Amino acid sequence: MTLDLVKPGEGGTITVVGGEGALRRRLLDMGLTPRTKVMVRKVAPMGDPIELFLRGYVLTIRAEDAAKIELEEVHKQ
Amino acid sequence: MSHLLALAGNQNCGKTTLFNALTGSNQHVGNFPGVTVEKKEGSIKKNKDVVLVDLPGIYSLSPYTSEEVVTRDFLVKEHPDAIINIVDATNLERNLYLTLQLMELNIPMILALNMMDEVRASGNTIHVNQLSENLGIPVIPISAAKGEGISDLISLVLKTVRDKTPPQKLDFCQGEVHRAIHSIAHIIEDHSKAAGYPVRFAATKLVEGDEPMFHALNLDTGDIHIIDHIVEQMEQDLGTDREAALADMRYTYIESLCSQCVVKHQETREQLRSEKIDRFLTNKYLGIPIFLLIMMAIFWLTFSVIGAPLQDLLSRGIDSFTASLEQMMTNAEVTPWLISLIVNGVCAGVGSVLSFLPIIVLLFFFLSLLEDSGYMARVAFVMDKLLRKIGLSGRSFVPMLIGFGCSVPAIMATRTLSSDRDRKMTIVLTPFMSCSAKLPIYGMITAAFFPEHGALVMISLYILGIVVAILSGLLLKSTIFQGNSVPFVMELPAYRLPDAKSVLLHMWEKAKDFLHKAFTIIFIASIVIWFLQSFDWKMNMVSDSSMSILASIGSVIAPIFAPLGFNDWRASTALITGFTAKESVVSTLTILTGAANDAQLCSMLSQIFTPLSAFSFLAFTILYMPCVAAFAASKRELGSMKQALLTAGYQTLTAYLVALVIFQVGSLIV
Repeated sequence: MTLDLVKPGEGGTITVVGGEGALRRRLLDMGLTPRTKVMVRKVAPMGDPIELFLRGYVLTIRAEDAAKIELEEVHKQ
Repeated sequence: MSHLLALAGNQNCGKTTLFNALTGSNQHVGNFPGVTVEKKEGSIKKNKDVVLVDLPGIYSLSPYTSEEVVTRDFLVKEHPDAIINIVDATNLERNLYLTLQLMELNIPMILALNMMDEVRASGNTIHVNQLSENLGIPVIPISAAKGEGISDLISLVLKTVRDKTPPQKLDFCQGEVHRAIHSIAHIIEDHSKAAGYPVRFAATKLVEGDEPMFHALNLDTGDIHIIDHIVEQMEQDLGTDREAALADMRYTYIESLCSQCVVKHQETREQLRSEKIDRFLTNKYLGIPIFLLIMMAIFWLTFSVIGAPLQDLLSRGIDSFTASLEQMMTNAEVTPWLISLIVNGVCAGVGSVLSFLPIIVLLFFFLSLLEDSGYMARVAFVMDKLLRKIGLSGRSFVPMLIGFGCSVPAIMATRTLSSDRDRKMTIVLTPFMSCSAKLPIYGMITAAFFPEHGALVMISLYILGIVVAILSGLLLKSTIFQGNSVPFVMELPAYRLPDAKSVLLHMWEKAKDFLHKAFTIIFIASIVIWFLQSFDWKMNMVSDSSMSILASIGSVIAPIFAPLGFNDWRASTALITGFTAKESVVSTLTILTGAANDAQLCSMLSQIFTPLSAFSFLAFTILYMPCVAAFAASKRELGSMKQALLTAGYQTLTAYLVALVIFQVGSLIV
């Protein structure tokens, strides 16, 4: 399942990071690499972007970009 | 012998606080050559010959953002004697990602573990010696905010500079990535030496597929072919692509390093506290109202409670200074034109702009509180969806909002935007937000033409500005500012109490910047306008400004405004003087109509305007190029006179078209 579909409070393990160019590189640089555990903490008041928790810190990305990240073993954290 | 040091680190890791702690107020702010990325320099306290350069806050050395490119270029071309890499010890994993890339540059380096007090307070531990041993560079725990470990850091820096010991290890990779980097390093060794790049850094960047590095090394097609082959082989063996492979390699090493050196029982108090605060500040229902309340409070405090009395005091001070200066010169029988130049030109022009100083300083005080506390990132998070539609990100919201107060600090505040494209677009759009200096104009015109519907007219003007900004954004997005904006992938840092020293220094910096503008570009503009207003074409001084050069220019350009409904030299002259400060539109119209009181002014104005043309005049006034102070700010932030002029031209053209449509369509209806 893709990261944008994960409900707040749930998380899983990244399998694939898609996208291209600057966006993809930025996602990787910020630590969204395969096998990383990531949790969705919140959705912004207007429904987008989303707030993530990974590697001990908080990151925000847009839902359309989150759709490019595949997760497995998604469940409540 | 003098030494050059570079301070590098992620955003939000306390870099500015450390820079201030190391250099004190002894700083110089400029730009890196060719880009509008801020470059701060300062010499280390008590060591005048050691210069520290504060590099932009970055997360990686990729070739995609101007901040990262500037950092790479600086480190490779300026050959600093050492790098101080500051990392947030409460968030070590992600911070070390940049560290590993910096180490590849083979420059002597020190790792400063900032916020160690927070780590300890939460009962967590970092084994500093072990970390240092594993990384092969000196590591020192500090707390920049509390000033702990700073003197130890300075002595360590001085020792490192003397010893010139580069990082002891470079190899953090294994298996296929290791093989690829080493094979490529052999191929390019001569090329990278010739181009001045450390071999290991160049090889890693080639494995990553870094375009600028391929160009910089000047490789022949044969070499490029072999390199491509090596990388393809690596990708096949790993089952992943080159960029992911390297990011994964670094993070895998960091994970194993942290599992040895970091004992983390729980998140720090600051992190736990932030989560609680965010339950309100980014709450689904409360997030936006709280943000609007905070901004209203800031505006209220800045523009009325604290700002207005200070501004009043300052302008009264300037007035009495001007008056006594005039008295002195008259007593000394100074020639009248010189008195007029100094009093009506310089003092009036520079003085009216100077009186904005308290407001600017106050706004920046609140802005740095928002920025340094970590709230600004939340604003971007909450507001992003709204601004994305016009091709910007949530980060642009605050500068635009400040635009309703004053365009000058708003444009200066765009510096916090990390993307060059977003910054330029925000600078173009911000002046469309109706600033407070335009209020007197609305007041005068609505009193004369729309006394019954004053509030309605005012609100419609504000909405007009916002609508034009939105349409303009859509237009710019699909024309000049095409292409992708910098991805919105942003850290939400833990909330922290802002450091008083950093806030004060920031205010001082902005005040200095503004004063500099007031005494250069605004000084000159005041003299030019004074000259045009006080002389006729035969260079005689005129007592009646309707005979002046300015008035004759006004009458020449007046017909241009005929399609907008006001073909009158007084209106066009007022628009020209509005360039010095928007309030001047009011004073010029008052002077040129020769009105003695408000009632007279109303009847005089109705000779110039009809209600419809008065509204089109107002529309033009909101939208046309901002005042000279805002223009100077936009020139500085855009980094080029040409772009600033183009921006002003675009704004004026937009104003003309909008006012044209209002008058022509209105004429059909009325």
